[in-house]
Amino acid sequence: MNGAPGRAAALMRGFEVVIGIETHAQLSTLSKIFSGASTAFGAAPNTQASPVDLALPGTLPVANGGAVERAIRFGLAVGATIAPVSIFARKNYFYPDLPKGYQISQYETPVVQGGAVEFFVGDVPHRVNLTRAHLEEDAGKSLHGVGREGEAGAGAPLDFQGDWTAIDLNRAGTPLLEIVTEPDMRSSAEAVEYARALHTLVVWLGICDGNMQEGSFRCDANVSVRRPGAPFGTRREIKNLNSFRFMQQAIDYEVQWQIDLIEDGGSVRQATVLFDAEHGETRAMRSKEDAHDYRYFPDPDLPPLAIDAEWIERVRAAMPELPRDRARRFQSQYSLSAYDATAMTPSLRTADYFESVAAASHEPKLAANWIMGEVTRRLNAAGSDDIAIAPATLAALIARVADRTISNAAAKQLFDALWDGEGSDVDALIDSRGLRQMRDAGALERIVDEVIAANKKSVDEFLAGKERAFNALVGQAMKASGGKADPGEVGALLRKKLG
Amino acid sequence: MSDPGPHDLGVAALGRALAARELSSVEVTSHLLDRFVGHERLGAALSIDREGALAQAADADRRRGTGAAGPLLGIPIAHKDIFVTRAHPTTAGSSMLAGYRSPFDATVVERLAEAGTVTLGKLNCDEFAMGSSTENSAFHLTRNPWDESRVPGGSSGGSAAAVAARLLPAATGTDTGGSIRQPASFCGITGIKPTYGVCSRYGMIAFASSLDQAGVLARSAEDCALVLGAMSGFDPRDSTSAERPAQDFHAELAKGRAGASAAKPLQGLRIGLPKEFFPAALAGDVEAALRAALAEMARLGATLVDVELPRTELSIPVYYLIAPAEASSNLSRFDGVRYGHRAEHYEDLQSMYRASRSEGFGAEVKRRIMIGTYVLSHGYYDAYYLQAQKLRRMIADDFQACFQRCDVIAGPVAPTVAWPLGAQSDDPVANYLADIFTLPASLAGLPGMSIPAGFGAAGMPVGLQLVGNYFAEGTLLHAAHAFQGATDWHTRTPPLAEPRR
Repeated sequence: MNGAPGRAAALMRGFEVVIGIETHAQLSTLSKIFSGASTAFGAAPNTQASPVDLALPGTLPVANGGAVERAIRFGLAVGATIAPVSIFARKNYFYPDLPKGYQISQYETPVVQGGAVEFFVGDVPHRVNLTRAHLEEDAGKSLHGVGREGEAGAGAPLDFQGDWTAIDLNRAGTPLLEIVTEPDMRSSAEAVEYARALHTLVVWLGICDGNMQEGSFRCDANVSVRRPGAPFGTRREIKNLNSFRFMQQAIDYEVQWQIDLIEDGGSVRQATVLFDAEHGETRAMRSKEDAHDYRYFPDPDLPPLAIDAEWIERVRAAMPELPRDRARRFQSQYSLSAYDATAMTPSLRTADYFESVAAASHEPKLAANWIMGEVTRRLNAAGSDDIAIAPATLAALIARVADRTISNAAAKQLFDALWDGEGSDVDALIDSRGLRQMRDAGALERIVDEVIAANKKSVDEFLAGKERAFNALVGQAMKASGGKADPGEVGALLRKKLG
Repeated sequence: MSDPGPHDLGVAALGRALAARELSSVEVTSHLLDRFVGHERLGAALSIDREGALAQAADADRRRGTGAAGPLLGIPIAHKDIFVTRAHPTTAGSSMLAGYRSPFDATVVERLAEAGTVTLGKLNCDEFAMGSSTENSAFHLTRNPWDESRVPGGSSGGSAAAVAARLLPAATGTDTGGSIRQPASFCGITGIKPTYGVCSRYGMIAFASSLDQAGVLARSAEDCALVLGAMSGFDPRDSTSAERPAQDFHAELAKGRAGASAAKPLQGLRIGLPKEFFPAALAGDVEAALRAALAEMARLGATLVDVELPRTELSIPVYYLIAPAEASSNLSRFDGVRYGHRAEHYEDLQSMYRASRSEGFGAEVKRRIMIGTYVLSHGYYDAYYLQAQKLRRMIADDFQACFQRCDVIAGPVAPTVAWPLGAQSDDPVANYLADIFTLPASLAGLPGMSIPAGFGAAGMPVGLQLVGNYFAEGTLLHAAHAFQGATDWHTRTPPLAEPRR
């Protein structure tokens, strides 16, 4: 597979960019993958490490069925094969935050095989094929510092002096799903949109909390460049990209670096690099020459992981409707455009919210507009994803716009009041704030007559063909009504009288 | 020969005496604690917890006074120092873990405590159970009670010596490639290694995870059945534990086949004799004792049939690739970071690892870590580890072919009787070759026993090995029990010097 089918890759300085992504998604189980210790983030160091996590002599791993079930859920969502039998293997290396001296992972036979993730870059559909997704345990954390300063902060024990490294094993044994793509992406934009789509999916599925700051969703990008038609170039792997912005910056920098190197007559050597966000550059950590021999072999403490059809069906039955399916349904059931339908499915929460508002208001298009407009504006301003207005309340507001009880401008004013907690009864607020549009035909007619009489110049201009003058007349009438008239009705009345 | 006393009683007999209040657990425990002191020269124990043992015994007596019962209530035992225990240090016979204290008890330890046993302490073994003479213990030698100048076998040598010397009625052991059966044979006692998965490995310090299995060393099949029944059964903390209902092994002792009678208790039992188990290299004294024992089995009604285990010799290279491969990984956790030995002098992380592990591990352990690291390395894995796994499967299949034609397989446990201390300590390969008869059943995961079958050169005991099909511990125990009903080899006591008072 040399990239997604059916499209020409955009070239960068005459080179084709090739990207594959490996993502570590922390699975949202309450306990660890091979022990009963809690996975909650932020506890005091080493308080969430059981004898199994500490690798005390005599301890043994027992696979967490919840982690396996989440892997199955992911596999079904991406249309992958769920291996009826997969194998846990030991990846052997020494490091102080790896208590057993090996990491339990899956090597030759992963639980999820194949599958694909679909997404849009702008309005162009893309599809990235997955190689595999496998279960593994996370390592602990090494914290470094000098004296009382360092990553343990004020929490550093008093006897920490000089340069120190401390080990926190709370994270050791946290379940991870490592999701590996084929080298299918051809630009940093594609890579970022893939990562966003994957992030949406794992959060949507409820298998990962998606918190990138806490490391629940981390990406490694394998980047290489080649002349069009040439075989794949040598790749360098950018490790631990924990934001989409850094991913884009890191890949862009790396691509330029590799092209510079090749154009200067050099050749890329396989290496692992880190992205230095402060300086905006990638820097080599280790080269292939000092790569470990991990001595993988099947873990004799864990029998092959058997997943029967019945288990898969149980998981399938409990699957939420997937983002893509839901967007398609929004198009057919609510007559949304493809763009609106996608905009209504960035998260399960938004999709549910939209659907509740649409059903209660019977105005799906308005519901989508309000969510894309006002709701998004307030969420962005608050930097939060908690929608402060209940769906039924927003539906009531939209219904009052639709039946022309209030104007759009009044509705926006009311929306902010509702958001800020100044009540929740839409009709009561409309009345108490006097926002009801004028429905008295006689009163409106009087206003229109007065405006025509008082604005002779505009009337003449309009009659001479100047449409802008008409808008001025509508504005005058609206003003005279105290904003309570329906601008549509005012316009219609004006045209009738001036026609 | 020491004076007769409570130490002469096995598990079953002692249980009856305790139930009849002829003895109290405190009396027996105190007596055996004294014998451990008197026979310290044997080097059977690594740590004895006198106060803790007496407190447990007093508790057992108190519970019996309030109506508690059970065949193991108040019975003193001790554990091979491979099982982690909260009450004593756990070392696995290694300097790496000198003074280590576990915050939890092994499942086997926990279950035996629940059954009311009194734990005297921990017993010597080869370092991390690697060896067949107990000379690889980092702490001290263990001597064979039949001849103190000879090895007790290993790696469960402390367990075997303690039971043979009548310091304990029973002890736990572990068997990876013969570590229960061979010392039982060398010390003239009865030992059983059940099917892989019958006893939980949780809390057993791992040597080779796919082979390690806990078992019992005692004086008779009946005693083995009582202890094994209490310590076995499914454990959710061990993913390789067999999900089967608990078994009453003691009830199996009396279950003969159709046509069996008091005179012919083994009527209907087909005993397979693999010709590869009786090679020219088998010592004459051992073969003579075994042939006589097999004739006795036949007299008791068993039918002897010839079978084949054509890959018996291959079991040595297969085992010595797989076991070290797993060990090299299992022992990686002993890195000096969180517990265990850490070198005093080091410059950086790598030198800390290197110095701690160089100082903490003994020669045999290092040898196996190196072999295992090599066979798992890139480029060698397919040639060594994968090939060994294929052969392992074929060896298991060979046994299944045998079990089409017989119910149990019999043969020697070891090619010779116990050898003199130091005789093989410079020759690891000779040690490995001597495992030839115990390795096949280990690789196949089958249950095996060693039962006293007579004496060979220099008056040293000879064991007969019985191997059964998966989960056929009952068949093995029944056959051994019938044999012991007709013979007295298992009641012979080593001519120990009187303990110093």
